[in-house]
Amino acid sequence: MEEFVKEYLNQGKRIDGRGFRDYRPIEIKHSVVSKAEGSAFVNLGGTKVYAGVKLDIGEPFPDSPNEGILIVNAEFTPLSSPEIEPGPPGEDAIELARIVDRIIRESQAIELEKLFIEEGKVWVVYVDLAVFDMRGNLMDASTLASIKALLHTRIPKVENGKIIRGEFVSKLPVIYKPVSVTIGKYNNNLLVDLSKEEEEVIDTKLVIGVRDDDKICAMQKQGIGALSFKDIEGALDLAIEKSKELRRLL
Amino acid sequence: MKKPEIPLIINGRRIDGRLPDEVREIKMSIGEILNADGSARVSFGNTEAIVAVYGPRALFPKFLQETDVGLVRVIYSMSPFSVDERKNPAPDRRSIEISKVTKEALSAAIFIEDFPKAVVDVYENIIQADGSTRVAAINAASLALASAGIPMKDLVAACSVGKVDDTLIVDLNGKEDNYSESDMAVAMMPSKGLITFLQMDGRLTKEEVLELLKKAEEVCKRIYELQKKTLLERYKMEKEEE
Repeated sequence: MEEFVKEYLNQGKRIDGRGFRDYRPIEIKHSVVSKAEGSAFVNLGGTKVYAGVKLDIGEPFPDSPNEGILIVNAEFTPLSSPEIEPGPPGEDAIELARIVDRIIRESQAIELEKLFIEEGKVWVVYVDLAVFDMRGNLMDASTLASIKALLHTRIPKVENGKIIRGEFVSKLPVIYKPVSVTIGKYNNNLLVDLSKEEEEVIDTKLVIGVRDDDKICAMQKQGIGALSFKDIEGALDLAIEKSKELRRLL
Repeated sequence: MKKPEIPLIINGRRIDGRLPDEVREIKMSIGEILNADGSARVSFGNTEAIVAVYGPRALFPKFLQETDVGLVRVIYSMSPFSVDERKNPAPDRRSIEISKVTKEALSAAIFIEDFPKAVVDVYENIIQADGSTRVAAINAASLALASAGIPMKDLVAACSVGKVDDTLIVDLNGKEDNYSESDMAVAMMPSKGLITFLQMDGRLTKEEVLELLKKAEEVCKRIYELQKKTLLERYKMEKEEE
């Protein structure tokens, strides 16, 4: 399989017939879990991810006493791949969650200062990702699912300091739709949306988080290869271009 | 982003008196951990990292072995006393992520096909943290790998760059790191011009990212010269002792 994928890439082609700059079909649904304050499901070319948002009342961090808190976690369920063993998140799941966290946080997509309840009490926004099928490019699928879920998150009613689940007072203040575009490098080519088969052959990736105003809000190089300055410049252009396409789906 | 209580740039100077393009005092040394196959200590101002390399050595359990390449493992950790509030010594999510991307950054520079079935363990410890700890550790790791005789394509040199108060700066200290509008950690193989580590967060235009990368390259090249000098001096001293 690996040789087959390489042979195609060397000819400037992909085994599923896509161009290097094409995403696979993307299906996005929201409000798929009624128990959650916000939720979304993404199917990106077979990669299936749920994002669920739960809100809780918590104590603010001492250095930002008037701001809500964002916590992102990712779970690679053993359903998702024969390589995933049940157990606590491994380094890949932790990295994924932390990149999604930075994309949401650094883009300032959520107005955290509006999540103040009263002295010593703020909303804690938990974004939990549950991965059910890993068919490549989990990163971009997870960012899409997280943002879609946040866009449809409602803040529950609070009475005497207790949350009334199922009754809502307002929408979560989300003002940007950041997306991630993960770009692989094979020889001197840049490709978006790597399939599972391509990920096994391509050892260098760059995740780029892009906000609505084209500001770059996060970057992370992944894999054991290296990138030239020209690669990075090309990847930034490609990410900005593709980010608009992805954002239209949200 | 938290708002700093004080501006981070006053009259063109940073809070520690540096100019935007100025790096803190860098110190490097090699070989102080006697048990290790290679070791190094690198400091940037108050930030100090010690790294030891063990291997290549046999990898167990056996199912982890790769028949065509060797494995590189990295553990980045901060000593409990390295920060203002005591840090729990157990690995946290931040350390696990840094370890993972550092492993990839170093693997890019190592001829891993030279030691199939074996492993090289890189243990990074931050003794004192004042910003830019992951890059200080990468610089030390690269020196420790070289002094352990691990075959490498090039040394890996690393630095941090960022944006505070609308000014692009290099080598962020702890305060700047906390309150920066953006920060970026970069490691590269300077003689090849290839980037092996890149983490960025904040809000930057594409042009600003590219400008910061250029600044990072300049600093990495200077660090690279220091690394080579440190290795040469160490090697020369051993020759004289013989």
